[in-house]
Amino acid sequence: MSLLQGKKVIIIGDRDGIPGPAIEECVKTAGAEVIFSSTECFV
Amino acid sequence: MNSVIKGTSYVLVHVPDMVIHNGTTQTTERTVNPNSEYLKQIKDHLRSFEQVVAYLPNQTYIGNLIPEELGKYEQPWHDKNLDNADRFGKYGEIMPQDEFIILMQMCDVFDLVKLESSFLEGTKKKLKNHPLFDDDLMQRIKAGEDVAVIKKYVEEEHAEPLYHNGNLVGCVKRAHDLDVNLNAHVMHENLVSKASNVLALLNLVYKNNINREDIDYVIDCSEEACGDMNQRGGGNFAKACAEVAGFVNATGSDTRGFCAGPTHALIEAAALVKAGVFRNVVVSAGGATAKLGMNGKDHIKKGLPVLEDVLGGFAVLVSENDGINPEINLDLVGRHTVGTGSSPQAVITSLVSSLDKAGMKITDVDKYSVEMQNPDVTKPAGAGDVPLANYKMIGALAVKRGDIDKKDLASFTEQHGMQGWAPTQGHIPSGVPYIGFCREDILEGKIKNTMIVGKGSLFLGRMTNLFDGVSFIIEANKGKSEPQSTISEDKIKELIAQALKNFASNLMAE
Repeated sequence: MSLLQGKKVIIIGDRDGIPGPAIEECVKTAGAEVIFSSTECFV
Repeated sequence: MNSVIKGTSYVLVHVPDMVIHNGTTQTTERTVNPNSEYLKQIKDHLRSFEQVVAYLPNQTYIGNLIPEELGKYEQPWHDKNLDNADRFGKYGEIMPQDEFIILMQMCDVFDLVKLESSFLEGTKKKLKNHPLFDDDLMQRIKAGEDVAVIKKYVEEEHAEPLYHNGNLVGCVKRAHDLDVNLNAHVMHENLVSKASNVLALLNLVYKNNINREDIDYVIDCSEEACGDMNQRGGGNFAKACAEVAGFVNATGSDTRGFCAGPTHALIEAAALVKAGVFRNVVVSAGGATAKLGMNGKDHIKKGLPVLEDVLGGFAVLVSENDGINPEINLDLVGRHTVGTGSSPQAVITSLVSSLDKAGMKITDVDKYSVEMQNPDVTKPAGAGDVPLANYKMIGALAVKRGDIDKKDLASFTEQHGMQGWAPTQGHIPSGVPYIGFCREDILEGKIKNTMIVGKGSLFLGRMTNLFDGVSFIIEANKGKSEPQSTISEDKIKELIAQALKNFASNLMAE
C-alpha cells in the first residue's frame, strides 16, 4: 500500500521548484486526499 | 520589418529605511510579532550605500561588470567587492535613498510628499551635481516643512512616514480620507514605483542619446496598481511617468502579468512598431517596496546582510528597424497557454518549442535569459539558484529532443546560460536584465541570438491557479530592406498595354 494511501495532504508548492498543482497530481495517484494546495513565490 | 532594440537602461535604488518600514516581511512581522528578535536585529544587518555600490551583482545590473566576469567570482558574492566601483554605470545608476526621496517628490503632482526643511535643502545641493536633474525637474521640488508638521501628518492623519538613517525626514499623505486605494500606504508604494520608473526613463534617454520628443508610446510593466475605489488598477503609470520624463509626444498604457509582464510588454511593443502604429515604444518598470527584505529572516539567521535592500528599474526602447541594432523576431514567440499544464517541464517546453517553427534546435540559441535572480539572495533562503534550475530544465529538454547528448548537460548550462545578477523584485529579474548586454554582444558579434523568457505566478492573485510564460527571440539585424512591391514595374506596363489593346479592339469592333 502506498505511503500516502488514505492520508490527508497539505501542499505548499514553490513557483521555482515544483508547483502545487503538479504535486497534487502526484499525490492523488498515490491515493491521498488533497485538503489544501497552494503555490508560493519567494522571488 | 522587425523592430529593433535601440537602447536600454537599468537602475537600482538603495533604500535601507524602506526595507524596515515598507517591506511586507517586516510589516507583517510588526503586526504579528512586534517584539520579535528579527525586528530588533534587522538594523544591524543593513548595508551602507558604499557596500551596495561595490556589490558585484549590482555593478553587473547597471552594466559595469559583464555577466561572464561576474561568473568568474566564486559565490557567495556578498563578502566580495568590485574595486573602484562607481554608482554610475554604462546602463544606469545606483541612487541613494535621500536623493530618491526627493525624486519621489518630483514625481508627486498632488502635493502628497512632504519633506522636512533641513533634509530637503541638504539633499537638493547633492542633486545639483547629478547629470539627470535639469531645471525642469528641480523646479518640481516644493518648500520644506517643519518636522512637527510632518509628525502631525503621520500621527494624526495616517500619513506614511519617510525615514533616512532612522530619522523622520518626510511623509506621504493619504490622497483620500476613506478610499483604501488612495490611502497613504498605497500612495507611497505607487510613488516609489513611479519614481524608480522615471529614473529608468531619464537614464534611457541620457545614456543612449535619445531625443525625448521622439518617443511615441510607453508601456509600464511593473506589478503595482493605481486607481481609486471605483477602478483599482485603472492606471496609467506609463503616461504619468512619461510626463515627468518629458516625453511630450508620448501616450501609453500599463501591461500586467506578474513577473512575465516585461516580456509580454516587449512583444506588444515590437508588434506595435512592426505594424507601423508607432515608431518608438519604450517598455519600462519601476521597483516594489513590498519585496524589500522578503527573505530577510533567512539572511539574518545565516549571519548575512539583508541583501534585498534595493529597488530595481529598467527601460528598453523598441524602434523601427535601422538596419543595425538587434531585431525582435516576432515569428518565434513562445507562450504558455491555458491548456499547457503547470509542471516545470510543461512550462519550459511551451516556451522553447517556438523554435520548431524555424526548424531550430535548442542549441541554435546562443544565450537564454530566464529568471535572472541573484543566487546570492535566493540560495541562503532555500529557494536555490533559480537561473541554474531554469537552464537545467532547458538542457534536459534539449536532451529529450535529441539536440544534445546527456553527457553535455552540464556544459549546456555554462555555454547557453549565465549567473543571475538581478534583485528579487519580481518583474525586474524576469528575462529583461540581459537585454542591455545582449544588444552589445550581438552588435559585437559575440553571439548571434538570444531567447528572452518571462514567467509569471498568476496564482498569487487568487483569480486562477494557472502559471504563465512568454518568450521571444532577439537576433542580429538582417539588414534593412525596402518592402517588396507586390507588383513589378514590368507587370504594370504589361497590364496597361493589355488594357489599351483591349480598348483598341473594342473601338475597332464598334
